[in-house]
Amino acid sequence: MAETAAPVRSVTIVGASLAGHASAKALRSLGFAGRITMVGGERHRPYDRPPLSKEFLAGRATVEDLALETEDEDLDAEWMLGARAVSLDSSSRTVTLSDGRTITADAVVIATGSFARTLDTAPGSASPGVTEAPRGLHTLRTVEDAAALRDQLVPGATLVIVGSGFVGLEVASTALDLGISTTVLGSTTWPLSRIFGDTVASAVQLLQERHGVTVRNSVLAESILVGAPDDAGRADVTGVRLSGGEEISADVIVLGIGSVAAVGWLEGSGLELSNGVVCDEKGFTGVDGVFAVGDCSAWFDPVRGRPYRIEHWTDSRDRPAITMAALLGIDTPTRVLRPSYLWSDQCGARIQFAGRLLGGETVHVEAGTVDAADLLVVYRRDGEPVAVVGINQPSLVARWRKRLTSNQGVAA
Amino acid sequence: MRICALADLAPGDALRFDGVTPPIAVFHTEEGEVFAIDDTCTHQDASLADGWAEGCEVECPLHSSKFDLRTGAVDAPPAKRGVRSHAVTIEGGDIHVTVSEAEPNLPPGVSY
Repeated sequence: MAETAAPVRSVTIVGASLAGHASAKALRSLGFAGRITMVGGERHRPYDRPPLSKEFLAGRATVEDLALETEDEDLDAEWMLGARAVSLDSSSRTVTLSDGRTITADAVVIATGSFARTLDTAPGSASPGVTEAPRGLHTLRTVEDAAALRDQLVPGATLVIVGSGFVGLEVASTALDLGISTTVLGSTTWPLSRIFGDTVASAVQLLQERHGVTVRNSVLAESILVGAPDDAGRADVTGVRLSGGEEISADVIVLGIGSVAAVGWLEGSGLELSNGVVCDEKGFTGVDGVFAVGDCSAWFDPVRGRPYRIEHWTDSRDRPAITMAALLGIDTPTRVLRPSYLWSDQCGARIQFAGRLLGGETVHVEAGTVDAADLLVVYRRDGEPVAVVGINQPSLVARWRKRLTSNQGVAA
Repeated sequence: MRICALADLAPGDALRFDGVTPPIAVFHTEEGEVFAIDDTCTHQDASLADGWAEGCEVECPLHSSKFDLRTGAVDAPPAKRGVRSHAVTIEGGDIHVTVSEAEPNLPPGVSY
């Protein structure tokens, strides 16, 4: 258990996004009246990232629309924004920021999230004279990333997206709506097939194709091609080379190849890092007064029997309440955590998933069809429903989600 | 306004009532209380009657915003504006609702 000997009077929350915001909110709703310091590497107050690939990218939502705080919300926190945390002294619970400031508190909540993955080899590095990151190459994680990409999605542009995961497919859908010729390059059999299996993923392929997106599967993007550099050593992207040697031209390239937990700053802190900060079932790191929540954390998953990093929005929002109760030493009754839930809105369709897939489940289409790209699929293990995916079936997904709880719930 | 017989809405169930615009959602909680709020989520078009109600809170079935069933206030994002709540009375075994006179907070692109 995460007992701290003395009552907690101050908490530093490192990370001012969804999980950090939810942590501060939970502390206050649990009655914590002490000092809360919110550290954010970005200069913004907490904002919602899912719209970055959708409404915000399409220009239908503003930065203000993305705010996670409501108008009448007052967390009474001290905000230190625009400076990244660079180290943690876990014995004194002192966080050092990139601008040299330090903050010491009775407890530290690590909520630094994740970075968009990039290619191992810097694009253009093999081209003579290229010294800067090329123009036209994007990842999507922050509001600035989304604004920069939006500026380039102009009529006549040719967009190639590397990666057929959620971010890539949502960007493809939005870009197509903006009238941009769009190709997705995926390494899997079908888009999202690694997560959902072939049945659902082939329906996703149909959705994207009918929307007008070209989706190429089982291809490996080997390198980003660039043109001649300008005097400043900067070049424009010209395309993508596939592992077989084929070259696909592009003016704009988005890398949607996953994320990496933002835990590099914790090297040397003594915390156990393994694709995320290793924690128990409540987000306690094992070091007195130090906890981790959200994308950067890998909580012990009792079903898998090992720490497991979850990047779902709903988990990042809901799990901090459990952690904050542990941090404050409040005994919470054993509660059942709802099965993980995620959604993706693309090509005018609602894709929803709930549950836990370990691989090897049986797949059954309970309603609708693959061909209509409108269906409900239930995954079973030993005959028990363990997960569900719906495409345009929100009512059925809602009903099935509740049925999953009893056999998917994690005692927390 | 009569919605239905209390006996026709089991504890844990909810219904969407289309007899008014915008429609309202009526919840009969596991604890035996009955609440009425606007059915349409303020974030995007979704029916809260399809949502997951637990205690005095309902979670939107699409993007998981949470609303307080008693007041309609936002408990958790992404929604930022609350839904209206409506007064409920049980008369002669029937659920009656007095619809709020406040302006509803409808999501972008939705109008009635």
